[in-house]
Amino acid sequence: MRDKRMTADEVAGTLTDGMTVGIGGWGSRRKPMALVRAILRSPVRDLTVVSYGGPDVGLLCAAGKVAEVVYGFVSLDSIPYDPWFRRARETGAVRAREMDEGMLQCGLRAAAHRLPFLPIRAGLGSDVLAVDPGLRTVRSPYGDEEVLAMPPIPLDVALVHLNRADRYGNGRYLGPDPYFDDLFCLAATRRYLSCESIVDTAELAGLGPPQSLLLNRMMVDGVVETPGGAHFTSCVPDYGRDEHFQRAYAQAAAGDWPAFADRYLAGDEAAYQAAVS
Amino acid sequence: MTRAEVCVTACADLFAGDGEILASPMGPVPALGARLARLTTAPDLLLSDGEATLLDPAGTPEGWLPYRAVFDVVAHGRRHVVMGANQLDRYGNQNISGIGPHARPTRALLGFRGAPGNTVNHRTSYWVPRHTPRVFVPAVDVVCGVGHDRDGGPFHDLYRVVTDLAVLDFGGPDRTMRLVSVHPGVTVDDVLAATGFTPHVDEVAVTREPSAAEIALIGDLDPAGERDRAVPG
Repeated sequence: MRDKRMTADEVAGTLTDGMTVGIGGWGSRRKPMALVRAILRSPVRDLTVVSYGGPDVGLLCAAGKVAEVVYGFVSLDSIPYDPWFRRARETGAVRAREMDEGMLQCGLRAAAHRLPFLPIRAGLGSDVLAVDPGLRTVRSPYGDEEVLAMPPIPLDVALVHLNRADRYGNGRYLGPDPYFDDLFCLAATRRYLSCESIVDTAELAGLGPPQSLLLNRMMVDGVVETPGGAHFTSCVPDYGRDEHFQRAYAQAAAGDWPAFADRYLAGDEAAYQAAVS
Repeated sequence: MTRAEVCVTACADLFAGDGEILASPMGPVPALGARLARLTTAPDLLLSDGEATLLDPAGTPEGWLPYRAVFDVVAHGRRHVVMGANQLDRYGNQNISGIGPHARPTRALLGFRGAPGNTVNHRTSYWVPRHTPRVFVPAVDVVCGVGHDRDGGPFHDLYRVVTDLAVLDFGGPDRTMRLVSVHPGVTVDDVLAATGFTPHVDEVAVTREPSAAEIALIGDLDPAGERDRAVPG
């Protein structure tokens, strides 16, 4: 079996300008932040970011990496709005493909299943159709009901973070919610999994019930060991959200961002972890 | 009795008779209301911890409900959500996406979130902690939650709006917003002055006061008084 271990910078090095990158987690919860920080250090730009958005989207907007965001919401959970995403929207710096959050799941599933669309009721009657003129409805062949034909959201790359993995790409979440990380991987051409620690397959299997082994080898191309790699989002039970740091992030966005970026984002991941510890 | 306690019981009354469905209250006052309802008029309600666990009234886990399963519940329809609203119009269209044109908002907000799916799939109510003409507008800038002047489909079920001043429903002409009751100490004119359109007004009641037992339960559920920070006065 292939040893898929990589570094975060190697993952970022596989990205090219204009790619569509799906980012797992949810809001400010179990985001692959170390992989995001590696993208911030890389020269890549003009990304389309697909996300249940949190500070992953905000930081990529802050660094000018984003051309378009595909999302149902962008929130820091304990702080309602991400300040950098908000600024990017209000200045027109990014295009917004905004939709109902169930539609996002549906579009990822359509891509994962290699289908041209999946029917969903969410979006009908709302301005979802007005803000995305590409969306179409479809009439049931079994009656006359009209539903939304959600197109697939195929990803060039998926980035996700789990608690534990082995070097082959089997991965387990230990917290209460898998979010949609498996779906992001299934919808993507290349799939990168970061984790708090890489363990032997036998140890991974012993860490919980089989149903929390969310990812298997078929779904992963690269594995990155990044302790604290979801910081400052939550990665329970390994750690909760760093609310203090998140507030500092949000305040810096409205204040002295260069000082914040210089202190935390100018160096490599080890320098970041040293600065926040 | 405080205004916040009146708001909590008004939110609890939203769920009365809802049976064995998922209550999804957004914000501290509807959350208290849902828990109060479960202890009083709606004992079969399902409540989550706001993340992935269903809890009984004692706070003991009774089930698992990660986000992917919430979307299944939404589509299945056994849910009553109480959402917030940055803007609401007379037909019940709701906006939480942004103020101004969607392509470049003057104020970017949360996004559509689950509002489109919620409103076309199951019962939806709204909670507005500060009833002002900025929230109650003639027309919302972005329709996230679907109102009655649009085709909401077979499961569209806008129920009520609870604010810090009043309770409204959609019993007006063409299913427009109607003033149901004003909270104790609030006048109809107070509500009309705080609303950016004219809601239908016929017989307006006074919102019921919480009972002594309910006030005691609210105190037990919210010993830190979070409700009073959400609704001062």
